[in-house]
Amino acid sequence: MDFTIPQEYEILRKMVHDFVVERLDPISQKVEEEDEIPPEIIKEMAELGFFGLPFPEEYGGGAVSKLGYALFLEELGASSACFSNLIAPHVSLATSSVFIGGTEAQKQKYLPPMCAGEKLGAFALTEPNAGSDAANIETRAEKKGDKWILNGTKNWITNGSIADVVIVYALTDKNLRARGGITAFIVEKGFPGFRVGTVDVKMGLRGSHTAQLLFENCEVPEENVLGEVGMGFLTAMKVLDGGRIGLAAGAVGGAQRLLELSIQWANTRVQFGQPIANNQAIQWMLADMAMEIEAARLMTYKTAWKYDQGLKITRDAAMVKAFASEMACHVADKAVQIHGGIGYMREYPIERAYRDTRILKIYEGTNEIQRMIIARDLLKVGH
Amino acid sequence: MLNIAVCVKQVPDTEARLSVAADKTRIEEQGISFILNPYDEHAVEEAIRLKEKQGGTVTVFCLGPARAEEAIRTALAMGADKAVHLADAAFGGGDEGTAAAALEKAIAGKSFDLVLAGRLAIDDASGQVGARLAEKLGWPHVTAVTRLAVEGREAVANREIDGGSQVVAVTLPAVITAQRGLNQPRYPKIPDIMKARRKEVAKVTPADLGLSGGEVGGAGAKGKVAGLAPAPGRSAGKVIAGEPADAARKVVGLLRDEAKVI
Ligand SMILES: Cc1cc2nc3c(=O)[nH]c(=O)nc-3n(C[C@H](O)[C@H](O)[C@H](O)COP(=O)(O)OP(=O)(O)OC[C@H]3O[C@@H](n4cnc5c(N)ncnc54)[C@H](O)[C@@H]3O)c2cc1C
Ligand SMILES: Cc1cc2nc3c(=O)[nH]c(=O)nc-3n(C[C@H](O)[C@H](O)[C@H](O)COP(=O)(O)OP(=O)(O)OC[C@H]3O[C@@H](n4cnc5c(N)ncnc54)[C@H](O)[C@@H]3O)c2cc1C
Repeated sequence: MDFTIPQEYEILRKMVHDFVVERLDPISQKVEEEDEIPPEIIKEMAELGFFGLPFPEEYGGGAVSKLGYALFLEELGASSACFSNLIAPHVSLATSSVFIGGTEAQKQKYLPPMCAGEKLGAFALTEPNAGSDAANIETRAEKKGDKWILNGTKNWITNGSIADVVIVYALTDKNLRARGGITAFIVEKGFPGFRVGTVDVKMGLRGSHTAQLLFENCEVPEENVLGEVGMGFLTAMKVLDGGRIGLAAGAVGGAQRLLELSIQWANTRVQFGQPIANNQAIQWMLADMAMEIEAARLMTYKTAWKYDQGLKITRDAAMVKAFASEMACHVADKAVQIHGGIGYMREYPIERAYRDTRILKIYEGTNEIQRMIIARDLLKVGH
Repeated sequence: MLNIAVCVKQVPDTEARLSVAADKTRIEEQGISFILNPYDEHAVEEAIRLKEKQGGTVTVFCLGPARAEEAIRTALAMGADKAVHLADAAFGGGDEGTAAAALEKAIAGKSFDLVLAGRLAIDDASGQVGARLAEKLGWPHVTAVTRLAVEGREAVANREIDGGSQVVAVTLPAVITAQRGLNQPRYPKIPDIMKARRKEVAKVTPADLGLSGGEVGGAGAKGKVAGLAPAPGRSAGKVIAGEPADAARKVVGLLRDEAKVI
């Protein structure tokens, strides 16, 4: 077993680390207050290739493996979560939908501008009555002449209010549903009948926006059926499998940052005449944080490695998603505890991270759904 | 058209916690990461900018162990075209003289117009290799440059001196070493990091350069590191309370009697 990170990914990691420390960390408090990532920073990230890294060069991507992509999100995840919540849904969910489910013509048309960050993508599956039970979506798509007509509502769509390209999952056959009745559509901003509804007010993730998307007799040309009619659910499940690795990687990076801040604080904060780090109670919290982070990191790398080998990762991806997100919540809670009162204050990044981390157990499939996936596989396979 | 050589070194990460190795002459390399020397990053950036404006090539030269390839590939990802890596174990353990001698053999006679290097490498901070290389090549050199303009066969370089700046004009070919402020090095783009894997990095041995084993590395060095010690830790400061006038008097007293600096 070789744990060496390939040289190009060490270089990639260093670049992202420097970018995080020099460009993102200094503005993260401002982003929190203004609920907006400055456009010039988005442009800079686009120029560096952040929006297309795991896709082939021929489509304008960076040709980075899943492992490389995970290392990238681990570094990016160290800063405010809004940055990875801009990139990951665009890359892991929207652009990946086109790459995994799209026709060659669609890949050639949409991937280059999406990889370049010129067109921002969103992935629209969730609906008011279909969250965990994604196969229960109600958005309908009906063929009228050479067009498809979409009607329905999508909820909590990350980047939905600013996206240029939205991958919309809709019902094309009520009887078939998950077994061939769901189809994905590439909807562009400006298609007649598509509009953005309310932008949500959330617990955290300020700077990242989720919105309701409304389709009212929205007209979609035939060539914008993603791949084939009826293949949507399969595409969505494959996309989400891969996305979970990215979510876990971001969780690891965020938790690592909290560990480092906690070590620094424990070494400098003096109570009872000595640094609080001298107390075993604090030391054990730090040790527990480090153990869980390391376990999640290794699971992330291994799942990414399996993905790169073309192996089936459904169970691994579900395990690492649930494990890493719970790890991140444990670590965030301990980080607040070690910081005491200051950890509860808005002026300090710990409080922000505590709120931002909570979503990890909910989106991209709740952790209960992950356990369902794991258990189903366990009971089928027997080990 | 400018053919530019850039000398780069891989050094411990500025964020790394350094400790002295058991033999007390080297730093402990286990568990620390290495980076492209920050001053060399400025040199690489300047070379790429000159190439972008005037055309030509940028070739990276690096003397260092196998791990130094990461620094080389970083420079290639930033936009250098190809590299020469003096990676043979025999090059190890040398001093500034053997480094400059080996680099001179690698660079001389290849029709380079300009050599760029960092002002110093942050690891042993001797700041000699650029100037020694220029001497060996018989070319003019300007050190610690904060601004560089190349027109035709002339290079005009600004260098910071105490309380001002000095402008030096030299005829190419020349050696220029970079100071902070020369430019803002770019971040390598992700697709370029991946493409840099395919760029040529030639590995050369002392024999390839026409050097004997005795002329390179530890065998050829005129000096060797006899010992390495960490900087002494700072002791806790002293807070002097009281009225400003009294406190100032106490400080002066301590500076005179205790610290013996006035
Ligand atoms: C900030 C944010 C961003 C989001 N971004 C996107 C996006 O970009 N695209 C998108 O399509 N969606 C997005 N979502 C939606 C997200 O994926 C859903 O919220 C998630 O899948 C859960 O669905 P739900 O909220 O409807 O919860 P529900 O499905 O109603 O679940 C409620 C609770 O019941 C549990 N539960 C449900 N069914 C079972 C069961 N069978 N067994 C045991 N427990 C069960 C769940 O685990 C959960 O604890 C986002 C959500 C948020 C909050
Ligand atoms: C919202 C809010 C309201 C507040 N209201 C009031 C108020 O009305 N009046 C008031 O007086 N104060 C108030 N406080 C202050 C509050 O009581 C303190 O924040 C709390 O006592 C912890 O102190 P600290 O924040 O300085 O943390 P620290 O004492 O610095 O503790 C940091 C960490 O070190 C641990 N630690 C410290 N010493 C030891 C040890 N010997 N062994 C093991 N672990 C140790 C702590 O448990 C904690 O995990 C408030 C704080 C907040 C956040």
